[in-house]
Amino acid sequence: MRRDIFQAIADPTRRAILVLIAMQAMTPNAIAEHFDVTRQSISKHLRILSECELLAQRQEGREIFYELKIDKMNEIDVWLAQFRKIMEERFQQLDQVLNTLKNTKK
Amino acid sequence: MNLLFDFTADKATATIYITREFAADLDLVWDAFTKAEILDLWMGPKPWRVQTKEMDFQIGGRWLYAMISPENVAPTRYSLAEFVEIQPKSSFTTKNSFADENGDPINSGFTFSMTKNSFKAEGEKTTVQIVKKMASFAELEQFIAMGYKEGMAMVMRNLDEYLRSVAPNK
Repeated sequence: MRRDIFQAIADPTRRAILVLIAMQAMTPNAIAEHFDVTRQSISKHLRILSECELLAQRQEGREIFYELKIDKMNEIDVWLAQFRKIMEERFQQLDQVLNTLKNTKK
Repeated sequence: MNLLFDFTADKATATIYITREFAADLDLVWDAFTKAEILDLWMGPKPWRVQTKEMDFQIGGRWLYAMISPENVAPTRYSLAEFVEIQPKSSFTTKNSFADENGDPINSGFTFSMTKNSFKAEGEKTTVQIVKKMASFAELEQFIAMGYKEGMAMVMRNLDEYLRSVAPNK
């Protein structure tokens, strides 16, 4: 299944995984050690990232390493996904500001 | 309250379309998009913040602002929005580019984008539509490649913070 790349970036854990493996290829266990969540949940995030074609798998002996498809990361979709995220957060900040302004007017 | 948020991009025309509802009346939302003291409160993507250097909201006027890092390092790059069209309480269009501290253009590998913000009152709510037209997505890709390293450094700092929050025992 090909997923929307926005879905990959929407989740903070997945964003953190992308940044971790941008530095070096890692096994699922090594990735999971960085997070206080179940191994199963990390597997789910890795599967979604793979379906978005952001991750490549490399077999080394008995271990599977995940690495970032760096070409993909430079693509316009990733920039758009980040821009979307920035706009979303910006507007949430504006919601709070508007709320404060409304209350001070009363 | 559930507020509409819609984001689409048309790659063929290098245009981004954003629609967002706000739970406030038109006057307030218009002020929030056009008054520097309010813009400074919400425009910064956390942990960065926006600081206005100049604001002259009239046709031919401009808004010069910078992104300030959490370390409060003096900015070297400013963003410039020149007001090319204003229909009070209805819409305004800006030409967006990067500039130095005096608002003079700098060579950033990025020419400019045009952004039209339209406002519509709907009962208690106000809907804002933003149409952002880039010069080209090819140019944008080049710009992204340049900013990629800088962006990664920022993401790493955010990641440190995030990891501390999710794994307090490590």
